[in-house]
Amino acid sequence: MISVRNIHRSFGDKHVLKDVSFDIKPGLMTGFVGGNGAGKTTTMRIVLGVLGANNGEVLVDGAPMTDTYRANMGYMPEERGLYPKMKVIDQLVYLAQLHGMSAADAKHRGLEILDRLGLVGKPTDTLESLSLGNQQRAQIAAALIHRPAALILDEPFSGLDPSAVDATVAVLREVAATGAPVLFSSHQLDLVERLCDELVIIADGRIRANGTRDELLAAGATGEWELVSAADTGWVREAGVSVKEFDGGYVRFLAPTEQQANEVLTGALARGTVKSFGPVQRSLHEIYKEVTQ
Amino acid sequence: MSQQTMTQSPVGSGGAPKPELTPRPSFWNAVGIVAKREIITRSLSKSFIISTIVTLAIILAVMVLMPRIGDWMSGGPDTVAVVGEAEPVVAGIADGAEIQVLADDAAARQAVIDETVDVAVVPDDASPVGVKLYSLDDIPTDWLQMLSVSPTVELLDTDAANPGVLYLIALGFGIVWMMAAITFGMSIATSVVEEKQTRIVEILLATVSARSLLTGKIVGNSAAALVQILLIVGTIFLGLAINGDQLPTMNLTMPIIWFVVLFLVGFVMIASMYAAAAALVSRQEDLANVQQPIMWLVMLPYFAIIFAFNNPLALQVMSYIPFSAPVAVPMRVFTGQHEVWEPFLSLGILLATTGAIIWLAARIYENALLRTGKPVKWKDAIKSEA
Repeated sequence: MISVRNIHRSFGDKHVLKDVSFDIKPGLMTGFVGGNGAGKTTTMRIVLGVLGANNGEVLVDGAPMTDTYRANMGYMPEERGLYPKMKVIDQLVYLAQLHGMSAADAKHRGLEILDRLGLVGKPTDTLESLSLGNQQRAQIAAALIHRPAALILDEPFSGLDPSAVDATVAVLREVAATGAPVLFSSHQLDLVERLCDELVIIADGRIRANGTRDELLAAGATGEWELVSAADTGWVREAGVSVKEFDGGYVRFLAPTEQQANEVLTGALARGTVKSFGPVQRSLHEIYKEVTQ
Repeated sequence: MSQQTMTQSPVGSGGAPKPELTPRPSFWNAVGIVAKREIITRSLSKSFIISTIVTLAIILAVMVLMPRIGDWMSGGPDTVAVVGEAEPVVAGIADGAEIQVLADDAAARQAVIDETVDVAVVPDDASPVGVKLYSLDDIPTDWLQMLSVSPTVELLDTDAANPGVLYLIALGFGIVWMMAAITFGMSIATSVVEEKQTRIVEILLATVSARSLLTGKIVGNSAAALVQILLIVGTIFLGLAINGDQLPTMNLTMPIIWFVVLFLVGFVMIASMYAAAAALVSRQEDLANVQQPIMWLVMLPYFAIIFAFNNPLALQVMSYIPFSAPVAVPMRVFTGQHEVWEPFLSLGILLATTGAIIWLAARIYENALLRTGKPVKWKDAIKSEA
């Protein structure tokens, strides 16, 4: 497990990260969500050791991250970068060698990953001759080439078509299954909601929410319930709960306990047919908007 | 962690296997991998190979043809017209010239005007040497010399090179140093900016240290530069072998050895400076500005050696300045104006300066590498942490 602990970072007068702490658990996909300039990239760079922190530390299984571990991480920066005029497979082999792999092993593995990611074109094509989507696949391959012990991916899905997203997710899940912690940032909240096991939300340099997707969704469900009935639901306003929204047969109300909510249900059943009843499930999008405000 | 997560995720965090860690390559291992890529991408590029072959061909052509250029320029042997008693005078000195004996002064004049002869020699009692020259539109210096009365000259130092040869050798060292330093310096600078511009540097730095990256670049480009210099030196010796009788072969061996040694150290110094300068900018377009001061440091010794090739004091001063030592020291060794220990002192000064510059360059490189956007100021890059 990679643990980020109380990281502070300033650039000049700008305090970019304020006491940032969260865990990236092994075997899970952790989504890292935040607006532009929230501090995602800076956090990721610090986790990778590319950038230093003013304060705080990054731990691996409770001990400070070693250089060996760092060299075994896979990284995909937000601003994409590979050598434009170098053959795709050659760059993968070059990067893998810097990670400590042998050239032969790297070449074998590189061809396999490119194939898995559905690279259209030859691995011996230069990067600049590929389409943007294929350059993106090469970039993901560069992060995966050395069988990373952990993955840090900045916006890995931007610029990919849905089938490429699926192929990438499958490969990432496979890496996670080897016990590697996987952290990825994304602006596409629906994608994050679908993919990630854990979620970290950052805004203005602070961690605003942090937990499993279901924990966050549950925490976001602040005791509101919805009820749809064939009969008019106006009576709920006198039932001892606070009504948030009311329109004929529809009512949304706040009940402090499940029991109180059930009392409303019982009342509704006595007055007519209940079509639906349940706690209000808000989307990640709404939760995100709420916690980052 | 909640139970729900455990069931959703294919592999829970509890019993997850631990990925095996591959040992990180050692510093010099990483340097070797980076250097190899530099050499392959730079030296095996078509443009590099072609420009090298062209350079070598030009050097060989100059070496072989230079001694013969004089003959071609003058357009072969002269034809000379002589009149009367001037004939034996000319016959004694006309080295290979075609002699036409004409009847009188007027015929000789006409032959010159008609350009059937280059020059005419006629008797003239008014002249101190007894003859007069007719020439169409230029003063025939060689004939003047041949017909003049001169005191005898005895050169006491027969080993000393003549100024013409000295100038050519100065020019040679100057050009080779300047061209190689700028070509390979720019190559390393372009490579650094390319990595910054494409942001691959972030991936690289997440894997290897900035120092091994910088060292790899310097080693790779220095090796490529050295190979090119050795090819040039080899070509020069080949030219000397072909044309050995016309050029002072033996005298050049020691100067060239010193040149190669000083070049190698000096190039590492220049390369470090180029790398540091390039790390300051994020776009190739900004490169011209930051590398200008270095360009001057490389070009000034070239101009200086051309103007001062015959000035022992200037050469001595230049041999102790690290930036001009690679051209000045070989010149001094060639002319033999130095004490035996002096080239070693120059080398020592160059080594010390290079060490200091590498240290500074590594600091600038490390600090500026991840700063993108506007060019970073030298001062800020030396001072601050990234």
